Amino acid sequence: MENMVNVFFYGKKYSVPADLTIMTAMEYAGYTLKRGCGCRHGFCGACATIYRIKGDNELKTCLACQTQVQEGMYVASIPFFPTDKRTYNINEIKPTNQIMMELYPEIYSCIGCNACTNACTQGLNVMQYIAYAQRADFEKCAEESFDCVGCGCCSTRCPAGISHPMVGLLARRLTGKYIAPETEHLKNRVEEINRGEYDELIEQIMQKPITEMQELYNTREIEK
Amino acid sequence: MYTPYPENMMESIKKVEASRQARMATEPRRLTADEKDNLLKEFHPDYKPEAFAEIKVGPNKGEKAPLELANMLHSTSRICGENIDLTKVDYDVDVLVIGGGGAGSSCAIEAHEAGANVMIVTKLRIGDANTMMAEGGIQAADKENDSPVQHYLDCFGGGHFAAKPELVKKLVMEAPDAIKWLNELGVEFDKEEDGTMITTHGGGTSRKRMHAAKDYSGAEIMRTLRDEVINRGIPVVEFTSAVELIKDDKGQVAGAVLLNMETGDYMVARAKTVVIATGGAGRMHYQGFPTSNHYGATADGLVLGYRAGAKLLYQDSIQYHPTGAIYPSQILGALVTEKVRSVGAQLVNGEGEAYIHPLETRDVNASGVIRECAEGRGVDVPGGAKGVWLDTPMIEILGGEGTIEKRIPAMFRMYMNYGIDMRKVPILIYPTLHYQNGGLEIGGDGFTKNIENLLVAGEAVGGIHGRNRLMGNSLLDIIVFGRNAGKAAAKKSQEVTLGELTLSHIEDYAKELKAAGVETNEVSPLLLPKYARHER
Repeated sequence: MENMVNVFFYGKKYSVPADLTIMTAMEYAGYTLKRGCGCRHGFCGACATIYRIKGDNELKTCLACQTQVQEGMYVASIPFFPTDKRTYNINEIKPTNQIMMELYPEIYSCIGCNACTNACTQGLNVMQYIAYAQRADFEKCAEESFDCVGCGCCSTRCPAGISHPMVGLLARRLTGKYIAPETEHLKNRVEEINRGEYDELIEQIMQKPITEMQELYNTREIEK
Repeated sequence: MYTPYPENMMESIKKVEASRQARMATEPRRLTADEKDNLLKEFHPDYKPEAFAEIKVGPNKGEKAPLELANMLHSTSRICGENIDLTKVDYDVDVLVIGGGGAGSSCAIEAHEAGANVMIVTKLRIGDANTMMAEGGIQAADKENDSPVQHYLDCFGGGHFAAKPELVKKLVMEAPDAIKWLNELGVEFDKEEDGTMITTHGGGTSRKRMHAAKDYSGAEIMRTLRDEVINRGIPVVEFTSAVELIKDDKGQVAGAVLLNMETGDYMVARAKTVVIATGGAGRMHYQGFPTSNHYGATADGLVLGYRAGAKLLYQDSIQYHPTGAIYPSQILGALVTEKVRSVGAQLVNGEGEAYIHPLETRDVNASGVIRECAEGRGVDVPGGAKGVWLDTPMIEILGGEGTIEKRIPAMFRMYMNYGIDMRKVPILIYPTLHYQNGGLEIGGDGFTKNIENLLVAGEAVGGIHGRNRLMGNSLLDIIVFGRNAGKAAAKKSQEVTLGELTLSHIEDYAKELKAAGVETNEVSPLLLPKYARHER
């Protein structure tokens, strides 16, 4: 007999094998998921979920695909949350001190409650990256928010109505485009290709008979 | 003592630890071409004839496909018997992009840039795609000791000399520009302080040309592309799948029948050009394998393209990623990025032997794992499966303390969720269904060869990688071929005049099936895997 636990999906009780995740337990219970299910491996943030263990008053947030079921778990998925993404032209904005104030002014209303950090399914220090954004320290905001999967659990808990994942995303795009050092060898190679420096060589290799290609491939030098 | 695994595994780990120092002193030798061929023939799942069926109708009639794909090709259209009024057009656009992953999004951005009226439909959300889950990196020959020609050789040889030269040429020649484009959109690649890209090897590469964004490479690319699509105001119709292509009375593709996944209502999208960017097929679970793929990876585009008459190529060639999680069961099939091996971990069997070079091509390494387990050198997993070790503590020894958290934070997090600290103990892996090497055939211009106005981009394409894809060439191909498809579709849409819309090709295909005596009692495309358990 499998080891079973009792869980409650939207308040309704189901007995499910204890080694399942919340997501696979819902499927075991008979749900066909459309919303609230994405990559199933913790990268896409589709399966933001809120739960409470019976007898415990703390509300917890998680990704349903990355969290094992527990006895007495009351589960509600958050299939969609109206996070507020502002639109901009990445070529026109710059990493200035004012940009966050212009696009996401509500971050300056943060009351420092830390509910966002407590809600983060990735264990990130969300309040800290918002603090970096307030100071226009985009690089640090980018680094601290880098592992964000955009599930939005932070935003569901924020009394200031901040859309944290969108703030982190803006900081990362600004950092990647404007602040990170330029790559000389990349620029050079693109120019060489555009000048046609590889055209002849590539045509040559395309024309080679398979036997010659096999020889070339099997004897090619591999960088250590 | 730290014991995150059952007793038999901890016993095996003792052997792994005992041999570690000696293993680290010597690199396992590379296999010869003949040794690789023999290993593949004996152990690679593609060589199991009973797992394939003959396609009975259509342009690839008589060829083989995995049983599950053949079944979908032989199934009834979802719209058979539905009364779809093609005169009532819900969406009328220049370019219709089917799929909201990396290829679809790149495509839409470039089509928009070219001034086209472009729309994305996607059956889940934009970004719900295998792109989001790609971890290890993206290849481009942009360093001094490298060249697009060297990249060509690695790609073509790694794919067993079966790739289409005109497609490989595009892939490698446009790779550096793809990286530059992404960088300028704001993708944060791992760089040295002077801007030099931090690059590593992947299986089968002869130069270190794997660019990465930690082990969130695909996620970093996908969330940036998604942001750009939204910033540009490109319409994205989510939770809406394309279930059949629409043609016109001239026989050219002219749009698609859409299904609202939530309400079950059908809609009509008319378009001058259509791009299939529907991605992979991992959720078809070929040969019963678990998969690293997204929930929506069900080969939909292959089915609807095929019904419209587009030809498949290498539909019988599947990539099993050598290192999928096999323990604990909650993460079964999850990808353990090849980057774990790029930064130093060896593949080690239950006896503590590094039985193969960790960076052979994926098909070879996957076959190696299967061989070790089949011949009794694997480690037993509760439930009956077996696996071999990926010796992750080596990474910290080689790269210094903190390397794992810095270079592969997603892997570290995934295992720590279940109390397994990969800095201290190795992790257990087995091949997972990862990629469809084949797909719809296209020419260098991105168009299918025999159906007008129909393009394909991304994993739904066959021929770019031959019969085995190298790590980092898929993130690359979705960008290169996605962008090209967007530009080409936008340009072509200016010349197209559509006639009267028709679905007669669906009826014709149904007649062909009937004439061939094929009956599956199922409908296709699958759209979502059937995971709900209904028996009591």
